[in-house]
Amino acid sequence: MRSISEINQKIKEGKALVVTKDELLSLIEEKGYKNTFKEVDVVTTATFGPMCSSGIYFNVGHSQPKIKLGGGKVTLEGVPCYTGLSAVDLFLGAAALPEDDPRNRVYPGNFGFGGGHVIEKLVRGDDLLLLASAYGTDCYPRKELKTLINIKDLNEVVLFNIRNCYQNYNVAVNLSDKPIYTYMGVLKPNLGNANFCSAGYYSPLLCDPHYKTIGIGTKIFLGGGVGFVAFWGTQHNPCVERTEKGVPKRPAGTLALIGDLKGMNSQYLRGTSMIGYGVTLSVGVGVPIPILDEEIFENVCVKDEEIFAPVVDYSYDYPQGTGKILGEVSYKQLRSGVIQVQDEEVNCGCLSSLRKAKDIAGILKDWISQGRFFLTEKVENLPGCESGYRFKPLKERLK
Amino acid sequence: MKKRIVLHFPRRLVDKPIVYKLVKEFNLEFNILKAEVNPKEEGVLVLEIEGKDSDYKKGLDYLSSVGVKIQPLSEDVIMDRDKCVDCGVCVPLCPTSALKRNEHTLQIEFIQDKCIACGICIKACPYQAMNISL
Repeated sequence: MRSISEINQKIKEGKALVVTKDELLSLIEEKGYKNTFKEVDVVTTATFGPMCSSGIYFNVGHSQPKIKLGGGKVTLEGVPCYTGLSAVDLFLGAAALPEDDPRNRVYPGNFGFGGGHVIEKLVRGDDLLLLASAYGTDCYPRKELKTLINIKDLNEVVLFNIRNCYQNYNVAVNLSDKPIYTYMGVLKPNLGNANFCSAGYYSPLLCDPHYKTIGIGTKIFLGGGVGFVAFWGTQHNPCVERTEKGVPKRPAGTLALIGDLKGMNSQYLRGTSMIGYGVTLSVGVGVPIPILDEEIFENVCVKDEEIFAPVVDYSYDYPQGTGKILGEVSYKQLRSGVIQVQDEEVNCGCLSSLRKAKDIAGILKDWISQGRFFLTEKVENLPGCESGYRFKPLKERLK
Repeated sequence: MKKRIVLHFPRRLVDKPIVYKLVKEFNLEFNILKAEVNPKEEGVLVLEIEGKDSDYKKGLDYLSSVGVKIQPLSEDVIMDRDKCVDCGVCVPLCPTSALKRNEHTLQIEFIQDKCIACGICIKACPYQAMNISL
């Protein structure tokens, strides 16, 4: 048994043993399970993939004379910002599109530029054009604003992912006879390919399936900088079917993440275009898992062959919400590049970058080992599999 | 020598037997990488041709003489390594396995020799890492 404060003391003294998930698995091979458990203090896990429920809120400061952008209209590089906030606070969502984007009118739409790309440019340090119109008040008389803004001149600029780190996800296929264009990528007809989106054995919530160490307040690597788990994410759904070891077999828990955009890096925040679907932001996240007890250690050792994902038809079952699945496959099979669906061999593609995830886990390991990043005690638990907390469908009604 | 070329057949030639002559008269071996008749009823054929240099030249001269337009296919599609995140969503889409994952580095490798410039990776890449070079 170890405590987080003991681990932090070791980090301070430069004595903590911090390893990435791959290094953990190699250590077990080399030294055995028991010895590795005794020695390792922290395991770094990570993921990098598209997550539409991302955005930034930012404060541009007051112009002279002042303008009330709240309730007005604002675009940043042509992409509309949400203005239902105070005078100079704005929110830009990753999935926002320029008003004149043709969307899917020319099917499948390209979606070459949107909120996610604006966020990437802002992080990179580019000057961005802000255009605004407002209705004018006695205290905020100005009605028009046209200016370049730069991240270094903004007051607060904060990345807020209201959903990230999905604990497992669907494998998407297409049973129809036409290509389809989805948030899971291009799916060729008649089981032409299968796309998945998870870092599997590197994924933070698959390494801590019962949220023993990850909770509200957990300090993390976010987009190249430092962030925190702010809350559980939207669509958090912990009570799904799980394996004997407790690993969810369906999309389950999620995290809401927050962090200072000024400390982030465009290598780990990438504008993303999904043909025929829309734009989004790919976000790099790294989560340290402190080895506090044997149960946490056992869980963090999970391998791809012990994690199973449902195969779902995105031509009918997903859009119609039938809940039907075509089968289950392990991440080991997915990583091999070929899975079996309905007795056919199907080639797999992945939307989540395991290479980037491994890079991130390595960086986070270095931060901790060098005493630049300390672990936090969670301040509240996430609803777990015994909580009864569920992701409910919409009940449409007019009364 | 082995080369890849794109042949454009005008509408009047689409139903004529032409390509077999490469084998019969010019001793060239070919492999059809892609064949389609586009909405304007022009035929597009992507071939990999193997044979002697002199035969290759004669064969292509023949194709030109009957009205087939020839476009070399060598370095049309390029990969921008700075933009690629190595997710691999392109891998199963590529019809000729020109995109594949290196299992050691986990990087996606683009094997230009295998590319037939069909363009599916350009449309499907979420990070705009695949482009036609101009």
